[in-house]
Amino acid sequence: MKIRVERDALADAVAWSARTLPTRPSLPVLAGVVFSAAGDSITLSSFDYEVSTRVEIDADVESAGSALVSGRLLADIARSLPAQPVVIAAEGSRVTITCGRASFTLPTLPIDDYPAMPEMPQSSGTLDGDTFASAVAQVAIAAGRDDTLPTLTGIRMEIDGDSVVLAATDRYRLAVRELSWTPASSSTQAELLIPAKTLADAAKSFGSAETVTVALAPDGERLIGFEGDRRRTTSRLLDGEFPKYRSLLPNESSTHAVVDTAALIEAVKRVALVAERNTPVRLTFTQGEVGLRAGTGDDAQAEEALEASVTGDDIEIAFNPGYLLDGLTAIDAGQAQFAFTQSTRPAVLSGIVEDQVRSEYRYLLMPVRLTG
Amino acid sequence: MSRSQVRRPRGRVDFGGDDTGCTIVHVDMDAFYASVELLEYPDLVGKPVIIGASTGNRGVVLSATYEARALGVHSAMPMSRARRLAPQAVILPPHHARYAEVSRAVMSIFDSITPIVEPLSLDEAFLDVAGARRRLGRPGAIASLIRSRVRDEVGITCSVGVASTKFVAKLASTRSKPDGLLIIPTDKVIEFLHPLPVGSLWGVGEKTEQQLDRLGLQTVADIATTPLATLERALGQAQGRHLHDLSWGRDLRAVVPHEPDKSIGNEETFDADTDDHEWIRSRIAGLADHVGQRMRRSGLVGRTVALKVRFADFTTITRSRTLEVPTDVGADIYATAWALFEALGLQRARIRLVGVRMEGLSEADETPAQLLLDAPEHGRRDAELAMDRLRQRYGPGAVRPGRSSLGEHPPGDR
Repeated sequence: MKIRVERDALADAVAWSARTLPTRPSLPVLAGVVFSAAGDSITLSSFDYEVSTRVEIDADVESAGSALVSGRLLADIARSLPAQPVVIAAEGSRVTITCGRASFTLPTLPIDDYPAMPEMPQSSGTLDGDTFASAVAQVAIAAGRDDTLPTLTGIRMEIDGDSVVLAATDRYRLAVRELSWTPASSSTQAELLIPAKTLADAAKSFGSAETVTVALAPDGERLIGFEGDRRRTTSRLLDGEFPKYRSLLPNESSTHAVVDTAALIEAVKRVALVAERNTPVRLTFTQGEVGLRAGTGDDAQAEEALEASVTGDDIEIAFNPGYLLDGLTAIDAGQAQFAFTQSTRPAVLSGIVEDQVRSEYRYLLMPVRLTG
Repeated sequence: MSRSQVRRPRGRVDFGGDDTGCTIVHVDMDAFYASVELLEYPDLVGKPVIIGASTGNRGVVLSATYEARALGVHSAMPMSRARRLAPQAVILPPHHARYAEVSRAVMSIFDSITPIVEPLSLDEAFLDVAGARRRLGRPGAIASLIRSRVRDEVGITCSVGVASTKFVAKLASTRSKPDGLLIIPTDKVIEFLHPLPVGSLWGVGEKTEQQLDRLGLQTVADIATTPLATLERALGQAQGRHLHDLSWGRDLRAVVPHEPDKSIGNEETFDADTDDHEWIRSRIAGLADHVGQRMRRSGLVGRTVALKVRFADFTTITRSRTLEVPTDVGADIYATAWALFEALGLQRARIRLVGVRMEGLSEADETPAQLLLDAPEHGRRDAELAMDRLRQRYGPGAVRPGRSSLGEHPPGDR
């Protein structure tokens, strides 16, 4: 194999491929990235039995072939190369990378030992890359990070015809996003649980793609694939029963409050400076105003008040400031609307843009019970 | 074992009774667990008695009477070794609930002396008696009062050190053991400290001691006469300055009343080293359940779960993870502790001991509780509270989590 490739294209491709490499590979070969050159392009792939990635870039291929080299080392090298075309040549058990007057020789890993990668399933439909990236980011924040509850580390994806619902919860908050897509068949129906971290990474990297193809494998294969911008990734699905989240969404509320989102984010950040170790920020909604308070007793305390348009009963409610900020950021709207029932029941946060409540995204946040 | 050539001076000393400015009192019960047991078995008084697991050979000595200590037995020594050293000793199993009860009685005596009491453990506390002088007299008199009240009201003896700083007071109580009182007058601190081996200083463990030994520093006087810059270079800036200060009797730490428990943990040494993960899992489950019980009994919740694993070769590792929200539920503690164990990725390593510990503790009723979206009306915590009630009524073995019941002995041992 011998190829010539643009330095930036190579660095991007290697970085993307190397990101999913396992830190502690179960097989030594899995720490490698597979290079394959054919036609007028090369592909780089990686796999850790959970996630596979494959990226294709243009290249002058002098001779076709493939090689397996250490992904981390390759990423470090690609990132540091000078801005000149790169020549990569595989000979025997060595790969030489030459760029300008710099040259590296790397040992190869035995490519014959590399496991077969999962096939990309057939396309089930497409959606806009930017929409996909923002929708996944909006729900991924609510996914659990505690691997003792693996089901909650996933994003639930429900497909029914041209509608897609994404949902994630760590039991303290729940984020639900509805969006539409273009299914290959209008009768498509599916319910899946995808590892949140993998999906968030994939969606982010497809953000600049015009269209992203979603590929659902037949039921038994427990696999999903995404493709866009000459990149593709597959992920194993999670097992387990996702909580019945629809019943958690409250049907009614006794207080509505609308606040300027950016001002509230700033205020929460300020007041939360004194909220140590999981202590909450208290919000008191009264006519025309929301008061914020954090810190109690002998500890440092902070207060701030903001304008708010409040309808219904006054309410005092406390939240983990981190969770509140996650939601306020995720609604991605100039104004934030809160809907409350009681100070021990979940609040629903949604965005308002041009006086319209954007109901396609809801962030349900469970309060902190105050003491004393 | 100390590598130092300097032995701790032994025997009673007296630096005179000038207690001016010596407002810090350190009280340490003598052979606490053993003394409490002897309250139940008065016929064993004057005999070598060892407190520790009476079955199996792999536990450690928790406490021993001075008669047993005279034979070479000491705390934390493997039971097997203690038995060899003192074959005639009576071995009694520990009764932790009883020790806690006696400890409460002792601490309430301290509380009646001064509000500024800093318990260090069940059997040891610092008292700042500066504010009690007008009511109870000079520090030396207060120390004697504490000793006689503990003896009369609780029936065990203690040793008391009186000094102007915490670490000197503690060294003094150790030096006066058993059943003694030692006042270190402010102008005799240097005379008292300087002949002591470096290992007596607070913060000098085996490792630092070896480091100091390599520098030829064996006594506190050696440290005191070494230039500060040399100590800082050898031990790091903080540690160097710290030891230099201590060697001149400088210790600015105040007595902090009611320091809450920093952690609650339990560990278990297996009867035989094992690599059977299912069995280890059952032991971790049992330990987590026990830690949860203790947390609920003390009204505490904790944020960080720590797992300790000691291998057959005594290498010991600890791993910890901080939870999203504080807990006192055994099942949550177990889930995290087991996840920590699994994350070690051990294959065939033979394990001698596991421990589960909760850190980052706070009072449950003062800790804001992050509510759950899908909390069942009666959750796991309610189940564990019900288990607590059953155990209170029918004894500690009445009920336990299913996953903790794979038996008491490692499979290789059966």
